[in-house]
Amino acid sequence: MFSSFLLHTWIAATLLAIAAGSLGYFVVLRRSAFAAHALPLAAFPGGALASLLGFAPLWGLGGFAIIGVLFLRIFSRLGRRDVAMGLLLSSFLALGGLFLSLGREYAARVYGLLFGEVLGISSASLLPLALLVSVVLLLLLWQFPILLLESTQPELANAHAISSARIEWFFLLLLALVSAAAVPVVGTLLVFTLLVSPAAAAQRLSRRPYHAWALAILFAELLSWSSIALSYWSNWPLSFFVGIQGAALFLFSRIFARN
Amino acid sequence: MPAFSVSTDPVLEVSNLCVRLGGRQVLQDISFTLNKGSVSALIGENGAGKTTLLRSILGIQPWQKGSIRVLGKTVRGQLSQIGYVPQKIAFDPYLPLRTRDLVALGQTGRHWWQGSDTAAVADALAAVQAESFAEQRVGMLSGGQQQRAVIAHALARRPRLLLLDEPLANLDFASASRLVELLGVLARKQGISVLVTAHDMNPLLPILDHLVYLVGGRAAAGNVAEVVRSDVLNRLYGYPVEVLQHRGRLLILPKNPQQGLEIPCHVHEDLDEHD
Amino acid sequence: MTDPLHLASFLHNSAVQTALWIGALAAILNGSMGIFTVLRQHSFAGHALGDGSSAGGAVAIFLGSAALWGFLGMAWLAALAMGALGLRRARERDLATGVVLGATLGISALFLYLDVSSTQASGATVEVMFGSIFALDPQLLWPTIILVGVAIALIVLLYRPLLLIAANPDLGRAAGLPVRRLELLYLLLLGTAAALSALSIGVILATALLLGPAASALRLTRRPWQSFLYAQGIALTAVLGGIYLAFMSYYWSGGASWPVSFFVVLLILLLYLASAALASRRRAKH
Repeated sequence: MFSSFLLHTWIAATLLAIAAGSLGYFVVLRRSAFAAHALPLAAFPGGALASLLGFAPLWGLGGFAIIGVLFLRIFSRLGRRDVAMGLLLSSFLALGGLFLSLGREYAARVYGLLFGEVLGISSASLLPLALLVSVVLLLLLWQFPILLLESTQPELANAHAISSARIEWFFLLLLALVSAAAVPVVGTLLVFTLLVSPAAAAQRLSRRPYHAWALAILFAELLSWSSIALSYWSNWPLSFFVGIQGAALFLFSRIFARN
Repeated sequence: MPAFSVSTDPVLEVSNLCVRLGGRQVLQDISFTLNKGSVSALIGENGAGKTTLLRSILGIQPWQKGSIRVLGKTVRGQLSQIGYVPQKIAFDPYLPLRTRDLVALGQTGRHWWQGSDTAAVADALAAVQAESFAEQRVGMLSGGQQQRAVIAHALARRPRLLLLDEPLANLDFASASRLVELLGVLARKQGISVLVTAHDMNPLLPILDHLVYLVGGRAAAGNVAEVVRSDVLNRLYGYPVEVLQHRGRLLILPKNPQQGLEIPCHVHEDLDEHD
Repeated sequence: MTDPLHLASFLHNSAVQTALWIGALAAILNGSMGIFTVLRQHSFAGHALGDGSSAGGAVAIFLGSAALWGFLGMAWLAALAMGALGLRRARERDLATGVVLGATLGISALFLYLDVSSTQASGATVEVMFGSIFALDPQLLWPTIILVGVAIALIVLLYRPLLLIAANPDLGRAAGLPVRRLELLYLLLLGTAAALSALSIGVILATALLLGPAASALRLTRRPWQSFLYAQGIALTAVLGGIYLAFMSYYWSGGASWPVSFFVVLLILLLYLASAALASRRRAKH
């Protein structure tokens, strides 16, 4: 199970879990589970367009995730933020559907983009992925204390001349980058489980920020490694194990933290 | 004006009420009685158990010991006799309800599938002087107007008992004194028994008949002169306090300033509201 | 060319007729339920029920039974799970919704994979996620009519208490309403609405159909009844118009028709923007 093409998956998943666990910590703190679900879906048409026109999917995914952030900003001003999020994900998915329907191999592409295709990770895509993940991590570490303060005590942060709107922009952009990186591995639909479940479990088990953050990364690694292993042995899709084990992780942490 | 029944039955009778919440004794041995057409205040700081007591009267919060009787019966089945105004009302600006619609929703009470009685709605709107904004969306009104809309919502079922949770918080002086006046009129003219929770009794003093003073889940009840006395309050607080009077206003302070530092919240909040 | 809009061939096509009926029923129910969902800020829950129902559709295809029952069963299960995991506190609700969503999507991933690999249903993913409105079995029409009829009857009967607990649950409790049971009923109705849109226009569009028309309607009126009628009208316009445009696209694009979901979502977005513009013009006038 460590043969060369699967090795790419291991490396990609390990890198991803670091980024997803770190950022997921803030997703849970900022109660942004819906955003963490909507932005990967916003990346979907990018993947579809890439397969239609034949360029590297990472560019399409990243580009559309960032367009999704812009869409969110504009529509949040028009009305409810959660409505804006719902409209974002539906309309971008529909756009992706249109792109895919114009090309060939419609059905197979749809499944791959929505639920991931582990074997689609080539050695050429590992370098951009590693770059993307390190950029996200560096940006996150650079702003960690400010992000932490703004996420937990926005009034106090505002008093320190930290703009909530700018922090939100920053956070959504990081989320867009992680989404773009994660889509090829777990698929658009299940990226958010990797973001939310480990971090939610970690925050139930520890109240200390850096401790919980490290725990979130650890849980994200365990979740993705065990999913790859189970997927390899059973030949069932990776995203199934991510979804189910993510839910189990959350339930266990809930039971464990209560006792 | 219909003749009210001549019976002297109390409208609300709370006796020896004990409530435990999550292993903590929130209310301990609370007893008091409310008569028809009276205004009473439930005074206490945050966490003293005011909201829990209101929720028990409404039958939302179960209790372990004691009894609550509304018009001589248990609360269940008497809910249509009680109007309730929760604290911190802030309706969604998108809520597709005009003030008139919100009031009509209150009037139907348990029989929500029946049509609305327009006379009762009009009376309730008139009672709180909400006619001028009856056709506006409730979510678009100011805080004070929203509160009056909810009072009209509660009045629309023609209750005998009106409960208001912290109605004076977040109101400016003018709106607060207007509300106090309104509550006095409801009690005297319509014979409704009014029970108000508050941090500070002073704004209510002009209309207050009865006081329930809560400290840490225990209470002293009676009229203002009976309750706001240093001997009664000493027992309640468990340390010596003194009552200062200034131009008809009352201020309760610990005798020993050290204790004031340890348990500062109600004193500070009282002062804040006067500043 | 006597019929440049191809209306005759559109309306006489039996697949189109079934599509129009089921689409219209889904639109009416989603428009109505959307009012409560937008007011309660339950968009994520509404979306999760739609996405979650995809697992049911995938299981139904695997078992070879009608997709409607799969969508419905899973949407109701997810609604009950979300109710049990806690809807009270906003923070918990968000996480509980996310976890239920993750689990159901995982199940979808598995069964869609199994559908494709073992039952030769190669179009299963597209069918479940993007809908297959022109391939609906006409036999589903009656069950759909009954489901929507019952759901709309419940909404008409209970819209006052449902609106009151959406406005402020404490006022509902004080009025003696069984708030918890009403909330569970609301979730089950929401699941029904989600399952029907999943069946007709696809899982991914369920969210837009639920939220878009209702959010537009809530801008345009302050009366409770009107808000429901407006939402239903906007939802109907989007779905029926989207079906028509998709049908027409066959003629424009030289034989490769564009997906219905694309046109429906486009109309929903345009109507949402139009309502925002209309509301701000009205505000400027006052």
